[in-house]
Amino acid sequence: MSELKKFLEELSNDSGVSGYEEEISHLVKKRFEKYCEESYSDSMYNTVCIKKGQDNTDGIKIMLAAHIDEIGLMIKDIDEDGFIYFTTIGGFDPRVLLYQEVIIHGKKDVFGLIVPEKDLNNNTDKQKALGINDLRIDTGYKEDKIKELTRIGDVITIKRELISLENESVSGKALDDRAGVAVMYECAKELVQLKHEADVYFVGTVQEEVGTRGAATSSFSINPDIGIAIDVSFGYTPELSRNRTLDVSKGSGLTIGGNIHLKLREQMVKVGTEYNIPFQYEVDPGPTGTDARAIQITREGIPTLLLSIPLKYMHTSTELINLKDVKSSAKLLARFISSITKDNLEEILCH
Amino acid sequence: MSLKKLSRINSVSGNEGKIRDYIIKEIKDYVDEIRVDRIGNIIAYKSGKQTQPKVMISAHMDEVGLMVNSIDSQGLLGFTPVGEIDNRILMSKPVCVGNKDLAGVIGAKPIHLQKSEERKKALDYTELYIDIGTSSKEESEKLVSIGDYVSFKSDFVKFGDNLLKGKALDNRAGCSVLIDAIKKKQIDTSFYAVFSVMKEIGIFGGEPATYSIDPDINIILDSSSGGKNLGDGPILSLMEKGAFFNSDLNKTIMNIAKNKSIPHQICGFDSDESDGCKVQTSGKGSKSIKISIPCNYRRSPVSVISKDDLKNMSVILDELLKNIGGK
Repeated sequence: MSELKKFLEELSNDSGVSGYEEEISHLVKKRFEKYCEESYSDSMYNTVCIKKGQDNTDGIKIMLAAHIDEIGLMIKDIDEDGFIYFTTIGGFDPRVLLYQEVIIHGKKDVFGLIVPEKDLNNNTDKQKALGINDLRIDTGYKEDKIKELTRIGDVITIKRELISLENESVSGKALDDRAGVAVMYECAKELVQLKHEADVYFVGTVQEEVGTRGAATSSFSINPDIGIAIDVSFGYTPELSRNRTLDVSKGSGLTIGGNIHLKLREQMVKVGTEYNIPFQYEVDPGPTGTDARAIQITREGIPTLLLSIPLKYMHTSTELINLKDVKSSAKLLARFISSITKDNLEEILCH
Repeated sequence: MSLKKLSRINSVSGNEGKIRDYIIKEIKDYVDEIRVDRIGNIIAYKSGKQTQPKVMISAHMDEVGLMVNSIDSQGLLGFTPVGEIDNRILMSKPVCVGNKDLAGVIGAKPIHLQKSEERKKALDYTELYIDIGTSSKEESEKLVSIGDYVSFKSDFVKFGDNLLKGKALDNRAGCSVLIDAIKKKQIDTSFYAVFSVMKEIGIFGGEPATYSIDPDINIILDSSSGGKNLGDGPILSLMEKGAFFNSDLNKTIMNIAKNKSIPHQICGFDSDESDGCKVQTSGKGSKSIKISIPCNYRRSPVSVISKDDLKNMSVILDELLKNIGGK
């Protein structure tokens, strides 16, 4: 297994529901330290790792942001038979939850199953989907024991191990946006081979799924010259429209729209074309639903870019991406970063 | 425990080759005769002190699953269910495709692109597909053929208060109890052991097996939800759709269980059908009973049983065989 896949597996299998990112934050910091001179987690667990540039006399700062949080569940109630009732953190389609295995992060990790409240056979209308209120979690423990181990407010993640598929595809949970973290990691590796003037801030942001909150505070404290969000976007599948999706394994999506700095985007296109790195365009005229929207309006405004990995089945536990897209995105980013110098930065940033 | 291996083997109804080979390997040194009949059932004979009455014990070895029925231009695989599977359990599940257990996933439309009414409607299996990571029909056709069987991918896990979770515990649990009975050295009563095929698709392999053995007593080992609690003991069912189980034998077991304090539960009408209705009336008929292990979330990737029930099912079967043997 490649180092990249191994790291992505670690990231995907690990837990970090929005607002509860401590554990995943440690993992990210530990891995990035290999390529970075400085690293820290801030008060919200935004994880910042800095790779210094060469001859950076102007103190140019480029911030890359990929969110480390994931959607999850939270205990709402425990009944007298020991069944756990739950609510969601972030956007879940309840239809993907039935019969998933979960880990309840209580006093210790407890294994459980999301099961229907009523026997499916007695629930005769098979056309009707089950909602959150028709589901509960069976841990195999009675009330006393489960209340010893867990309590209301404990967070819950889907238990899923990364699955290797054909053609360098992988499937798992939380690839939104741990795939973006993997892109930053590959980019750091690429930058070891390239000369880059700018100090590069690799930021694992928190609480994206509940309103791009970590990106707002981390970009405030870093105050970069350029901010680049790396997230995921909808991969094409037959039930989706061609014009709202990207093709998996054809390179990352480069967003065009108001959220994106025009000339920075042109520079990215120039670099991609020069080095023959595949990418696709994604059109989104408004504020994108990513960290890019928060970064752009931080302080007096930060020129921002957005790169997205095509991902199928978003917000399920079988999200699917292709590692080729992770690698090509990392190359594109590294070449772009390396192309930014004190001689061209001002010219590129002026409107 | 052999149940772990039994649960992990993928053998959907109509494709029982792998589980059959495994069970034959497990039991062949412990039986006097063993053969595979014309529809794929394993029929083995284990001799004990007593040869009459003629006893047959059966457990079906197949499991529910899916079958590939189309490959689209994106390389995605369409499928049809094999056995009764509720459409609603399929979204966002990992699967194994074909006899080489190729990994795949059943995805789902992103919530961001759905209208709120869409989430209220369950998706039919015709609206779902399996993704193996390919991006074209040609790529997929090199790896998958129409007609390939598909199994759920689900680890065998011990959890909670002495519970076990895995796929196909209906009825690999019954198979494991029968394998354990075969492996016992000294037995009082001779018996035929049948591991039957295609129960989940209603073909009921147990029927022709009964016809060829022509037993006096037919003991069916299966699983049942039966409205009963896990951990409270195996279920003795009095009747089910099309089958009225032998009351004398049921009384005998109940007495044994009571006298020896073996936990058990009694179910009047069992809504979970075994091959009881078929084997009872096969040939000239036989005295049939069903002993089931309580199993939650059957026909899902995450069926659940209790280790205690599994143990007590073996104990009850042993005691019954002793009793039939005259002890």
